[in-house]
Amino acid sequence: MNSINQRVGLAKTQAQDLVEVVFEIISERLCEGERVKVSGFGAFVVSQKRARRGRNPQTGAPLVVQPRRVLSFKPSQLLKELVNSGKSW
Amino acid sequence: MTKSALVDELLARRAQLSRRQAELVVDTIFETLSKALAAGRRVEIRGFGVFGVKERGPRQGRNPKTGELVHIAARRVPFFRAGEELRMEVNGRLKRGGVET
Repeated sequence: MNSINQRVGLAKTQAQDLVEVVFEIISERLCEGERVKVSGFGAFVVSQKRARRGRNPQTGAPLVVQPRRVLSFKPSQLLKELVNSGKSW
Repeated sequence: MTKSALVDELLARRAQLSRRQAELVVDTIFETLSKALAAGRRVEIRGFGVFGVKERGPRQGRNPKTGELVHIAARRVPFFRAGEELRMEVNGRLKRGGVET
């Protein structure tokens, strides 16, 4: 957030609003089932899962997991490299 | 949606910005996030989700083409976990979990 104030020359409250709007836009697109790709960072992907048989992990009772849409994030090659580039931990 | 479409949409909603500023906002958000992840930090975006880094231990793997054993070094991988709210919305606000039979 602070880097936005500095780099774009905006007031803090404005920067905060802009960050919120950006994630709001991304969320809306994802809800429409659209894929959102940010080059150099990664892609947010919504995939359709079919119904399957599962179990309640606590009780072991069998149940049917309803078909659903799940959101996943695929980091770009660049981000993967960046995260690994740091000194060892 | 690509990054440029994201910039367009940001401009549509915040007309006081110049295109250059809108681009800078989007770039800065993801650069800042990337740097935080590179530093091993966890970043939470309220209403959206959490970005973080997971450590994976070293393991033996196989070259899928040749079948030869290869050593895979320990590494760090970025991850994202959608927040409860977003997960529900993406799923069309359907009830989570399953139906007992």
